[in-house]
Amino acid sequence: MPDAAPPPTWRAIVTALAARRRHPLAGVVLVIVGLVATGVLYAALAPGRAGAAEDPASDIEAGRALFLANCATCHGMDAAGRNNAPSLIGVGAASVDFQVGTGRMPLQATGPQAPQTQVRFSDDEIRQLAAYVASLGPGPGIPSAEEVDPATGDPSRGAAIFRTNCAMCHNFAGKGGALTRGKYAPNLDGTSPTHIFEAMLTGPQSMPVFDNGTMTPQDKRDIIAYLTTTSKQPSPGGFSLGFVGPVNEGLVAWIVALAALIGCAVWLGSKSS
Amino acid sequence: MSTTARVAEDVGNFLDERVGASKGVKFLFRKIFPDHWSFMLGEVALYSFIILLLTGVFLTFFYVPSVGRTTYDGVYTPLAGQTVSEAYASTLRLSFDVRGGMLMRQIHHWSALIFVAAITVHMFRVFFTGAFRKPRELNWVIGTILALLAIVEGFAGYSLPDDLLSGTGLRIASSIILAVPVVGSYLSFFTFGGQFPGEAFIPRLYTVHVLVLPGIFLALITAHLILLVVQKHTQYPGPGRTNQNVVGYPLYPVYTAKAGGFFFIVFGVTALMGALFTINPVWMYGSYDPSPVTAGSQPDWYMGWLDGAVRLTPGLFEFTALGFTFSFNIIIPAMIVPGLITMAMLFYPWIEQWATGDRREHHLLDRPRNAPTRTGLGVMSITFYLLLLISGGNDIIASQLHLSINDITNTLRLLGLVLPPVAFVVTKRICLGLQRKDREKVLHGRETGTIYRTETGEFFEVHAPMDDVSRWKLVGYEPIRPLEPLPAYDEHGVRRHGSRLDGLRRRISRFYFEDRVEPVTPAELDAAHEEHEALPAHEEEERGAVTASTSTPVGGD
Amino acid sequence: MSGHTPAPQSAPGREVVPADADRLLPERFENPGLPVHHARMGDTDPKAAKRAERQVATLFGISALGTLITLVVYFAVKFDTPMSFAEYMTRLRISTEGLGMGLFLALFGIGAGAVHWAKTLMPDEERVEERHLLRGSDADRDAAVTILKEGAAESGLGRRPLIRNSLIGALVLVPLPAVVLLRDLGPLPGDDLSTTMWTAGTRILTDPQGRPIKPADMQIGSIVHIVPEGLDKVPDYLEQKAKAAAILLRLDPADLDPKSQPGAYEGIVAYSKICTHMGCPVALYEQQTHHLLCPCHQSTFDVTQDCKVIFGPAKRPLPQLAITVDADGYLVAKHGFTQAVGPSFWERG
Repeated sequence: MPDAAPPPTWRAIVTALAARRRHPLAGVVLVIVGLVATGVLYAALAPGRAGAAEDPASDIEAGRALFLANCATCHGMDAAGRNNAPSLIGVGAASVDFQVGTGRMPLQATGPQAPQTQVRFSDDEIRQLAAYVASLGPGPGIPSAEEVDPATGDPSRGAAIFRTNCAMCHNFAGKGGALTRGKYAPNLDGTSPTHIFEAMLTGPQSMPVFDNGTMTPQDKRDIIAYLTTTSKQPSPGGFSLGFVGPVNEGLVAWIVALAALIGCAVWLGSKSS
Repeated sequence: MSTTARVAEDVGNFLDERVGASKGVKFLFRKIFPDHWSFMLGEVALYSFIILLLTGVFLTFFYVPSVGRTTYDGVYTPLAGQTVSEAYASTLRLSFDVRGGMLMRQIHHWSALIFVAAITVHMFRVFFTGAFRKPRELNWVIGTILALLAIVEGFAGYSLPDDLLSGTGLRIASSIILAVPVVGSYLSFFTFGGQFPGEAFIPRLYTVHVLVLPGIFLALITAHLILLVVQKHTQYPGPGRTNQNVVGYPLYPVYTAKAGGFFFIVFGVTALMGALFTINPVWMYGSYDPSPVTAGSQPDWYMGWLDGAVRLTPGLFEFTALGFTFSFNIIIPAMIVPGLITMAMLFYPWIEQWATGDRREHHLLDRPRNAPTRTGLGVMSITFYLLLLISGGNDIIASQLHLSINDITNTLRLLGLVLPPVAFVVTKRICLGLQRKDREKVLHGRETGTIYRTETGEFFEVHAPMDDVSRWKLVGYEPIRPLEPLPAYDEHGVRRHGSRLDGLRRRISRFYFEDRVEPVTPAELDAAHEEHEALPAHEEEERGAVTASTSTPVGGD
Repeated sequence: MSGHTPAPQSAPGREVVPADADRLLPERFENPGLPVHHARMGDTDPKAAKRAERQVATLFGISALGTLITLVVYFAVKFDTPMSFAEYMTRLRISTEGLGMGLFLALFGIGAGAVHWAKTLMPDEERVEERHLLRGSDADRDAAVTILKEGAAESGLGRRPLIRNSLIGALVLVPLPAVVLLRDLGPLPGDDLSTTMWTAGTRILTDPQGRPIKPADMQIGSIVHIVPEGLDKVPDYLEQKAKAAAILLRLDPADLDPKSQPGAYEGIVAYSKICTHMGCPVALYEQQTHHLLCPCHQSTFDVTQDCKVIFGPAKRPLPQLAITVDADGYLVAKHGFTQAVGPSFWERG
């Protein structure tokens, strides 16, 4: 029995490849190779995100640079506001963390309000922007993880506070609702506890301010606990139809139930073969 | 004799000797009912009513009709320790602690939505086919009353759990009562037993919902069905069907199986809805409190048109005079508009009868296209209703589609006035067009799709003449012409009773029947045949080059 | 209609036969009578009939299976062991869906089986039943009229106007107790619709937490939902709240309407929350536009114009609650509402 073939020489490999250079799939293979190579090279050589340590002074400097590049065109070089863009002096780090952290800012297009979109900055950059804006004037700070921890909130008490203070805009389940002239209160699904806290504290856009004096941090935590509980709980009655109320229920009654029943009636009245 | 036969004989004998059952069997069991799916829609409503009764009784075993305050200590954590009403707490207990309770509640609520939807569709079928004509005007009136009461019953039902959403609806209801001139505040205090919300209203609503209205329903539905049996069901026109007969299948055994089976089908589908889809999640609304409110506060779908009417009516209709407030911004949409619609519905059979002067019994239905004005009026009403219904959900439309709610409201205000007359004209024209198409088909035959080319290069499509049976459907309707009332004064100079309204009557009759397409007569068909035979192309057909005219024609449309 | 020339031409060799040649045509088409009956497979083929029978039996069998599923789910899905809230909700959903699907199969199976049985196996020849005119025959009508006339004569009502009139009088009166007995359905309104719990010095508390408020607790742009102190102690809590619920807003004092400034305190204003249209809480506050929106019918009130209506079906502005601070620095009502709150009613004036 002959031994296993000796390992192919470099020449043999090149010859084999050259022999197949007109193979129908040769182009595909080349493209795949090119893509993989680009990716590997990029991963190896591209500058990584600077895992910058939190240094307050450099944060403010970096934040200022980011601000001038991304925000000053609308908010002014001094952040004192221009035309429709409000002044940012005194809005505090919490406002920036909320607006930029939910992708509402930088505003992509004018409209009735700034919608939640893709977040355009890294967590570090958001921190830096927030630090810069906070340095312009005293304002609400970013809450700590303990301050927004839902485990320390009472969902039942939170539900009661939510219904009186929030449900009229955001709907009983936090699914959102209409305001005037095309504005709306958004769906709260997927919003982090920190952002919920910050929104209540800073009153973004049409949303009013819920001061810590009248709605204490504990009240806010209770609300966060309520929202966290209901977003995790399955609807015990089956598919939820969106929790927007009787409108969807009526639509489903006609489009699903009555249509099915009329279909059964047509079957019943038709002649059998 | 087999055991079954012996038992049957004994039972039959027992009943016959006591209640004359054999006469009942003879009268009823072989009654003929015509077969068409559109006749099942009323049955969907009837069976939904039975389902509501059955599931409703189950619910009453657990529900507590009281607004006494209690502390919630049940399973639903986001309500733990909250002060709620007994009615709300018992609803939660039923939903969470009673096995099958959630299912029963959901079946009951879905069944209510289906009940009113079925009534609505059934009513449209009856209207568009003219089944409300003599001798069925009474049944139409009973049906209209049933439809309105069903809406009230549904409103009462979903208000019983005393949750935030339905309580908001009750607040709106109390404001409608307050808006009644002169006695509004008295009526409101009597209804609610004092100030809103009061402690009396939920228990009173309960009595209305489980006793008063179901009792009225049972009586009216029984009358509705008795009339149906006595007058026999209407039927669509067709071969062998005349105004003097009913063609179909016997009640026993065919309809016992079909209609009985359909009850189980309706119940099954409703149970499936209750199994799969959450409806009215009251645990998420919270117990009623007049301070909180939810975005997207709507009533159930069948009240949506009233809510929409209220949203569209601007505030400028309210004014004060002589120290009194006239809230026409509420009176118009909540009392006048529904009142007018109800009156129009109740009196419609007599309006049409007055316009036709027709006093005969009608047991053959109309194809909607053969009554263009009536169909147009029906579509106009549906358009208006749908616009109001959509207005009731304007904030949901705004928030889901990211539109301005103010623009939606203003647009719907305009459309509500402009679109219904447009719908009437368009529908009427479509009906007349369809009638003309039918005429063409009878006169010139059915298009076969076979193209024939003559020697001289002419192309023509071969038409196959319609056979008797398929033609009958297209020519079988009666042409109604505008009424010409008799002379106002007879030969003795005595004025005929009712002649003062002759002018109006003539105008209404012309509005209904002036634009019409009459069915083809044998003479017209003959003349058309003459035309055909005189054409050169006819020769080619005759020469047998084409087989279409000898092939079995496919019937009808 | 294609292929037809407009006017009939006389083609060579063919004559146009006049329309009224000795043919007598009926004025309208006649009913062709019942159509030919087409047999179903089950009528002619015993194997097809057996197959249909089996199908019906299968459907009934599915129904039995459905019933079994319902019973099994009912007893198998238990709720008596301690479990977390999320687990309970999940189990409840499984129970609802399981019981419901079983019930669906149980019911639908019977229904579909019965209908399929009727369609495929029961005779489907159309039968005809004659209708009879609903009106009675002339003889019957005459007999009925005679009976009614004789009976009326025997009652003597026509000849004895005293009986007739007194009867009518009694019958008209007898429903009155039924109406009068409804009087105690509720009290008379009195001035209930025009008064609320708010009076001079009533402290303002947050809703639902129940804490008093100092002006420094509020920023420009903030809203607080408020109720009067003592609300939680009154026996008719909900009824009083339904009139007394209000909102507290802080605006820049320069933005306030001059009419609302006397009742304001350093830019803080209080307005009734009960919509003047139909009583829903007007709670949606748009901080930037200073608009208050009611979610029920979209009445919109402008806070900078003393809550005048700027859109929607409401007519009257929201009544303002004049406020000030007490000795301890907490916000209190300066005095009660100066007009009735909530929806309009006839005698409101």
